[in-house]
Amino acid sequence: MIDVIETTLAWRRLSPRMLVIHPFQEVVRAAPALLGLLVAGTSSGGQGQWWSIGGVGLMVVLGMLRWFTTTYRITPEHVQVRRGLLTRKVVTVPRDRVRTVDVTSHVLHRVLGLARVEVGTGTSERRREGRLKLDALTAAEAARLRVELLHRSPAAPVTPSEGAPVAEGAPVAAPVAPPAGSTPAAETELARMRPAWVRFGPFTMSGLVTVGVIAGFASRLVSEGNVDLGRVGPVQETWRWFSAMSLLLEIATVVLVLAVFVSVASTLGYVLAFGNFRLTRHTEGTLHVTRGLLTTRATTIEERRLRGVEVSEPLLLRAVRGARLSAVTTGLRTAQGSQRGGSMLLPPAPRADAVSVARLVLPRAAGTPSAAPATPASPATSASVASSAVEASPVTADLTAHGPAALRRRFTRAYGVHALVLAVLLALWWWAGLPSWTWLTAAALLPLTALLAADRYRSLGHALTSGYLVTRWGSLSRRRVALECDGVIGWNIERSFFQRRARLATLTATTAAGKQGYQVPDVDLAEALRLAAAGTPGLLDPFLVKAQHVS
Amino acid sequence: MDTPTLRSPQHRVSRTAVWYWTARAALGWLVLLAAQVVWLVADGDGDKWPATTHVTVLVVTAVAAVAHVTVMPQWRYRVHRWEATSAAVFTQSGWFKQEWRIAPVSRIQTVDSERGPLEQIFRLANVTVTTASAAGPIKVSGLDRDTAQRLVAELTATAQATAGDAT
Repeated sequence: MIDVIETTLAWRRLSPRMLVIHPFQEVVRAAPALLGLLVAGTSSGGQGQWWSIGGVGLMVVLGMLRWFTTTYRITPEHVQVRRGLLTRKVVTVPRDRVRTVDVTSHVLHRVLGLARVEVGTGTSERRREGRLKLDALTAAEAARLRVELLHRSPAAPVTPSEGAPVAEGAPVAAPVAPPAGSTPAAETELARMRPAWVRFGPFTMSGLVTVGVIAGFASRLVSEGNVDLGRVGPVQETWRWFSAMSLLLEIATVVLVLAVFVSVASTLGYVLAFGNFRLTRHTEGTLHVTRGLLTTRATTIEERRLRGVEVSEPLLLRAVRGARLSAVTTGLRTAQGSQRGGSMLLPPAPRADAVSVARLVLPRAAGTPSAAPATPASPATSASVASSAVEASPVTADLTAHGPAALRRRFTRAYGVHALVLAVLLALWWWAGLPSWTWLTAAALLPLTALLAADRYRSLGHALTSGYLVTRWGSLSRRRVALECDGVIGWNIERSFFQRRARLATLTATTAAGKQGYQVPDVDLAEALRLAAAGTPGLLDPFLVKAQHVS
Repeated sequence: MDTPTLRSPQHRVSRTAVWYWTARAALGWLVLLAAQVVWLVADGDGDKWPATTHVTVLVVTAVAAVAHVTVMPQWRYRVHRWEATSAAVFTQSGWFKQEWRIAPVSRIQTVDSERGPLEQIFRLANVTVTTASAAGPIKVSGLDRDTAQRLVAELTATAQATAGDAT
């Protein structure tokens, strides 16, 4: 038997153990329906249940067919996956385009010692075609594939060690199966999960999703099983007790119950998703993130594709001085929510830890002197520039505020939206008979809008330090992005009618990494141009003129 | 210290573009007006919506349409400009909301020229320059065909001269 990584030209199949997993997966997916059928029994009669069972059976068969129709191979130049029953399709990815490799094992996968491999390429992440997914290989094969694809050992001819240590059910961490050929990667640990971090769990709000899922599950169970909730004893009791209370107490109870439930679910979710978290750096130039208690996930990011980091502080997390850190890199979807997306570098953790990890991760600005000290005005600033060699890390450097015009704009925009909502509610109340408490509540929230606007202004800031463009914005979800200037492709400078009147502009640095473009919102036009000119030396010069008239 | 500012790109787009934008905007408004007429006819003498509502909505739409169709194309024509040097592509576009876009030629990935049906009627074409970033395609619309072809040829030639990964 030839080893998988060996550049054989034979097409290989996924692990046959997937034949066991597919039926399981489909049954789990159809669980609410099946449970409903069980509850309903045969009392309702009819054919609905047969349709459901038939549907599940069909899904199982299709799932198993997928195993028979999917094959892959790794040639010296390409990774190819061939799939499809009626329309055969071959996805080919040149190996030097491989940017990231993501290895995930769900619970079932782990029981059977399997792992799913997802290969990220540099193609635009909006389209999914460029992504290549192998669901699933044995854990050892997956680990070896990852090492082989990212740590391009120059054509190491290898005698495959048959029966490599197959770590059944073990989390697919890097050192599980060192590739037979290359030397075991020397890794340094940059961060590791600490039990104290769990205190940030309740503030991630990820439990909201869980509540939604449970609610959906329950409603399906009720509808498919024809359960009449009103007749279930405990529910009836609770309802009677609940409706005996006053309205205020009712609201308080609901909020309290929801808050407790969401925090518990969020904490659980945090532990499950980020337990065993480790961030390591390998000497071959990759960053490696492993995490997860039940579902394990291992993401490898090529460091030379790393263009920066994003420190995000959602309001709740910010209140308890927490932050999360993600990578801005080509070839990875940007993080959505707390768990999705492979670009995560640090789960919700103390802000100080996020900052120190960010410092470790960011590539050192290669000798570029802190680009063009912005305002060579006061001796104080020049002193801080002098000490920048030590201090001005892009994640901690002081940011330039955007000035009174930006502040005014925050307030006009916040109150503009609020006034619009208020007007609509008033109109609906006047003509369509909407209850009056809706607009009264909206009016009562006016001070909150002011706070929000003020905080949004406080968040606004930018800097250009040691080869990085730094921008920060947002209040409910505050983000600070440090983007390497070398990763900036071009600039978009947008000015609406009102921005032109206030001499402001929204500067967008376009890049191939992360969200593809990062904004410096509502910055003074001259400052925007200075940033752009300093960020990409020479690009703007032919188009800049001395201001002799107001445009 | 004098504050530098960005000058406008050198070239204007074709004068015919004004008519193209007018036609495009007018078509959009016509669809909306037609939908309202259909609504009026379908409602018939129904008592759900009084006739005054219909008339008011129609008049408001018509006024907005006329204002948009007369003002927008002229304004847009004054704003839209483009320039391609051997180092960079630079455009200015928009009207109410204006935008400058700059991308270095060395980062260009594709150069497309497209002619929609409406553009064909006015013998116009647009040129889209994409980079590795999904956020920054640079589009020059309303060029006459010869200019568009010349621009495409020029850009492809210079982009090829500077090979690289462009990410």
